[in-house]
Amino acid sequence: MIDYHFDWGVISRNADNLVNALLLGLGLAVVSLVIGCVIGLVAAYARVSGRLWLSAPVRAYVEFIRCTPLLLLIFFVYFGLPEFDITYLDKTESFILTLSLYAGAYMSEVFRAGLASIPKQYVEAAKAIGLRPWQRQRYVVLPVMFRITLPSVSNNLISLFKDTSLAAAIAIPELTFTARQINANTFRVMEVWLTASAMYLVTCYIIATLLRLIERRYASIR
Amino acid sequence: MFDTSMQPGTFLFEAWQARFSLLSGLGVTMGSSVLTIIIATILGTLFGVALAYGWWWLRALVRLYVDMLRGIPVLVLILFTYYGLALFGINVPAFWAGVIALSAFATAHVAENLRGAVQSVPAGQMEAAKAIGLRFGQRLRYVIIPQAFRRMLPPWVNTGLEVVKGTTLLSVIGVVELLLSTQQVVARNYLIVDFYLLATVMYLAINLVIAQLGALLERRFSYLRY
Repeated sequence: MIDYHFDWGVISRNADNLVNALLLGLGLAVVSLVIGCVIGLVAAYARVSGRLWLSAPVRAYVEFIRCTPLLLLIFFVYFGLPEFDITYLDKTESFILTLSLYAGAYMSEVFRAGLASIPKQYVEAAKAIGLRPWQRQRYVVLPVMFRITLPSVSNNLISLFKDTSLAAAIAIPELTFTARQINANTFRVMEVWLTASAMYLVTCYIIATLLRLIERRYASIR
Repeated sequence: MFDTSMQPGTFLFEAWQARFSLLSGLGVTMGSSVLTIIIATILGTLFGVALAYGWWWLRALVRLYVDMLRGIPVLVLILFTYYGLALFGINVPAFWAGVIALSAFATAHVAENLRGAVQSVPAGQMEAAKAIGLRFGQRLRYVIIPQAFRRMLPPWVNTGLEVVKGTTLLSVIGVVELLLSTQQVVARNYLIVDFYLLATVMYLAINLVIAQLGALLERRFSYLRY
């Protein structure tokens, strides 16, 4: 370290690349979160349905995802699907598929807890004013549930964003992959990794701050 | 797919051929996980106590460390450590670079969990311990930690699961743990689905065992209620 001279020119020359890579990672995380929320919502309803044939597969799915390394899942989907003649997914799509399935498991737990925390009286009151079952869910249960679960959803977005770094392993040009490439080409180790770390940190911080603002805006009235 | 005839090219034959690579991969996965968990538990406990009871500057320093490490992806930590250590003239094998990076990450999580657990013990406990004349170390050792222990257990087990899963990232810097040895085997015989499935089952087995042990410990210590 004594003889190390910083040369930040490497970073400024590659600034465009790095920013685009960061945005790609962010995009991957957001898309996966949205799909994951849909999966998670369906899974959460299956989980609280009280029917074993619905809730048991969901439990197995959640446990499976929770106990399997994400990188293994990424490789499994990316290299394994073509074995079943599913060849029309490119690497980005296969990564989104994996990350969505991953997010879905975590979101289903979040939503299950959210659904469980809704006071029974809300549903009873909705029944009393004559709402149909789907109306009760649409106008009473879901809005309250989303407000309750918003903090967990934002935590999940942040960890999904950090998980997009694993896309580097299948050569998707997101931030980690790009940083590694610049590192390999220029060998400016400290500059590259300090910058990449700072970019991840700042982005996570900005996401957290923005979502906290949204949370305050929609603070649940309980 | 599952031909049981033990001919070359069938799963059973290839798995038998690859048994030593896979087992040594499994060994590296377990070894790096255990090492990381031990280091992270020791350092994390120290950091957690510093977060809860440290002087303000120590608290600020550890808080900075914890928040930074929780905002950077583990893979970036691993690559940074791997390429960065060489700059300091420290030539460690990839395995140790990986264990250091994973430990740094897990330490932050353990510290934060310990702080939360310790601070959830009612303040009266600390005051009472002071009142009967226990020194700081004794107050922690005999009063606070035993009570915080039960609340610390579930997140600690979770961190353990995260560490086992995180060791797969060591494959990226060339540590031949279970995932990379699986990939090497697959590169020889192209039985992609079979061998990835085998690796999945092994990870599932390890993690389910850890989760079960965690649940067992939780039941064992369920009398620690306050």
